Amino acid sequence: MVGIGYEGFPRETPHYSFKELTFEAALKAYEDAGVDPRKDVDSFVVCEEDYWAGWSISDEGAPDQLGGVLRPLHTVSGDGLNGVANAFMQIKTGYFDVVVVEAHSKASDILTYEGILTFAFDPLFYRLLNAHPHFLAGLEMDAFLEDHENTEEDCAEVVRKNRENARHHEAASFGGQTSVQEVMDSEVLFRPLKAAEISPLADGSIVLVLASAEKARELTDQPIWIRGIGWSSDSPWLETRSLAEARYARWAADQAYRMAGLERPRRRVHVAEVDDRFAYKELQHLEALGLAGGNRAGALLREGFYEMKGDLPANPSGGSLGVGNLLEASGLFRVMEIVRQLRGQAGEHQVEGATLGVAQSWRGIPTATGGVAVLEA
Amino acid sequence: MRKVAVIGAGMTLFRRRLLETGKEMCFQAVQMALEEAGLELKDVDAVVSGSAPDAFDGVHMKGEYLLDGAGGVRKPYMRVFTGGGTACFSPIAGWWHVASGLADVVLVVNEEKMSSITPHPQYAFANIWDPILDRPLKPNLVWIFAMEMNRYMTVYGIEKADIARVAVKNKRNAVDHPAAQLADPNITVDDVLNSEVMAWPVQRLDISPPSDGASALVLASEDVARQVSETPVWISGVGWCIDSTMWTNRDLSFPEYLARAAQQAYGMAKIENPRKEVDVVEPYDPFDYKELHHLEGLLLADKGEAPILTREGVTQRDGELPTCPSGGLMGVGNPIAATMGIKTGEIYWQLAGKAGRRQVPGSPQVGVCQAWGDLMQFSSVMVMRA
Amino acid sequence: MGRKWRGTPLTAADIAEGRVATAEWRPEAKYAWSAGESIGRFLEELQEGHLVGRKCDVDDTVFFPPRSFCQEHFVRAGEFVRLKNTGKVETYSVSYLDTDARRLEEPVYVGVISIDGAAEGMGFMHFLGEVEEKDLAIGMRVKAVWKPKKERMGAVTDILYFKPV
Ligand SMILES: [Zn+2]
Repeated sequence: MVGIGYEGFPRETPHYSFKELTFEAALKAYEDAGVDPRKDVDSFVVCEEDYWAGWSISDEGAPDQLGGVLRPLHTVSGDGLNGVANAFMQIKTGYFDVVVVEAHSKASDILTYEGILTFAFDPLFYRLLNAHPHFLAGLEMDAFLEDHENTEEDCAEVVRKNRENARHHEAASFGGQTSVQEVMDSEVLFRPLKAAEISPLADGSIVLVLASAEKARELTDQPIWIRGIGWSSDSPWLETRSLAEARYARWAADQAYRMAGLERPRRRVHVAEVDDRFAYKELQHLEALGLAGGNRAGALLREGFYEMKGDLPANPSGGSLGVGNLLEASGLFRVMEIVRQLRGQAGEHQVEGATLGVAQSWRGIPTATGGVAVLEA
Repeated sequence: MRKVAVIGAGMTLFRRRLLETGKEMCFQAVQMALEEAGLELKDVDAVVSGSAPDAFDGVHMKGEYLLDGAGGVRKPYMRVFTGGGTACFSPIAGWWHVASGLADVVLVVNEEKMSSITPHPQYAFANIWDPILDRPLKPNLVWIFAMEMNRYMTVYGIEKADIARVAVKNKRNAVDHPAAQLADPNITVDDVLNSEVMAWPVQRLDISPPSDGASALVLASEDVARQVSETPVWISGVGWCIDSTMWTNRDLSFPEYLARAAQQAYGMAKIENPRKEVDVVEPYDPFDYKELHHLEGLLLADKGEAPILTREGVTQRDGELPTCPSGGLMGVGNPIAATMGIKTGEIYWQLAGKAGRRQVPGSPQVGVCQAWGDLMQFSSVMVMRA
Repeated sequence: MGRKWRGTPLTAADIAEGRVATAEWRPEAKYAWSAGESIGRFLEELQEGHLVGRKCDVDDTVFFPPRSFCQEHFVRAGEFVRLKNTGKVETYSVSYLDTDARRLEEPVYVGVISIDGAAEGMGFMHFLGEVEEKDLAIGMRVKAVWKPKKERMGAVTDILYFKPV
């Protein structure tokens, strides 16, 4: 990783088109990497879904604002971390030296977010239940709490921690002091899931520049290395996937850790950014990533293990609960935050002495798909 | 770098409507491809999915929906998307999964179910236009092709009859394809010229049909390929390129983005003179004129020359440069991304000597497949060797 | 070869007459896209009866429609430039299809019109009017015909069509 740039993350960005929003992020990333996109970049990867864009074949709208006109550029219908995986593989073929990855959220352009989520469910089965799409999060949280040693209060604690962390992130929209009691008292929407445990939507664009080892050393004194990357999916059927355990995250981590030669991650990893679009997801993901000593994420959280000053700060950025749900840019945000941490450039939310970090993504309701990246300074 | 081979291909019938769901079509194509490769799903390290707009199938995040049919559960599963260009682009993504060393065996599964959307697949295409600059004019997708075709014809002085010959050739070639939807052994140039005008110069028989279908490929590293396959076909060059979103800002008479993608692929494949070295080609032919446009973009014909080559029979299955021996989208059908089966899949079958009645004579050694997509702005190209 | 080519073809009637099970769904997918700085200005100027482009300061290329950055030099764009109401037909079609692929009795003429004062070949899509089909030609000079001012909404449809000069 040789360059990062973002523009965000307010609740809405009426003054920018999605192209202008991305252009701003790209300018910063290219300056940070010291590359000219018109000459130095071999390939561009954009992460996007048509129904977030409101544009069929949204690939069409991608090149101009990245400097990708008349260059190799393609879209991944996936989260930003999947885009990083493609860039990584392209570089590993030996044919590409510098690859750019972009993902954005223009959630404020979407007037019917729930309607679009519902449209992602199987058309012949679940969609016809006519339920609010978040029912699935309620089911998962219920199964998770039932099976694992965590409580509703632990989930509320995640909200408190992440909103607190977000107070120290320069671009977070939802930082603040929230007590566990306030979260517990918020409206129960999909029992046991409560209103305050659902991350709000935000806008933003993120651009990362990746380079081969040789090129990276040429471009920067402080490259951040991808040591391992993995991605996986559990069954698309709600009945045959695991609701209690985030198996997709465990399988993705297995792949990433194997590649990185990383064993006993809970002891070795200094900082983690994991998907917390619903509060229980952070605990579920920490456990699946082997960062909780089995099913003990709630207990560790209560002990302060994941706090800014704890042994393994989790979501020091504030995560989706504090910064906002960035749709397909959520995973790229987490990768970028780990890069900032390992560079020592995370400002007021810097984790002291972090040299090994993990970023994890989940594609959101109704998927059981996610990715993991292991990064090192 | 690691060599990558195609060792199996499969596809469903292409039809206006199939009973099978998208997942089921994927499953059928995957089974056929794995059978040919002599492998089972457990041998597969990763799956690449390709499909065009979600609006056809009527499912947001369609890749997630298709994943069990494509064999992606508990595997690294990745959907890539470049509109119609996906037909030859997802195999490129499959290539980098193997060439990078991350996987030894990769399944590439492309799907399109265009019959789900009502009243017509065109309804989905209405949303491919810029929402502010174009959509208020209530455009139809065919407009854009009609305008490109008109520009191409006018700049190079091309007669419609010479374009119609492509439709005739491909629909006749398709007679030999077991999956074909619109094969016609008796079609003539006059039939095309007398067919209903849709958006002049585009007439009904200039256009490929909307279709349901799926296709699959098995890609393998050199070690695996030599172990399990008698006839591996090697991916020796890949390229892709996109032009600006602002399609009204460029001359539509020549696809510069394709020329760049082709140069990238030829460079990687060490092909110096494509006109001499390429034995068989499957350019993307959703409209008859696109085959010509693409032959020129692939640098297999000079600008404005492809219609002449067609008239002279060079592009016939037994000609010097067999072009769309499968029958192409014009004859076999156009389930957008799933046309991988008649592009990359066909070149694999041709170079492996497994194309049956469609086999071009003289045991071809070098083949090229190409697809095209987005707002007339993207192309993907693959060079393959026997 | 012994390959199995599978798939079960259906007819339109199989579906219409209920011989196969189907489920219907109309997606709830609505958007309000931010136009942004450049297209926002473009739409405002349309309402005033002007076409506007925007310049790249590196080589003075005038983009039309305007944009906030130059995709060639990858820099922020410079000043907006008002352009003429005239231009040239780069290509066109005579369309019998509406947006849902239904057949039109009377065709519409649609084209790409490059605008005078913008960089060579830079245009946009619009209708052609007050012209016979036989007189349509690539290279034809045309001029914008505007809606009455009070009916304009800040949209490309504030221009009714382009007519021959
Ligand atoms: Zn410029």
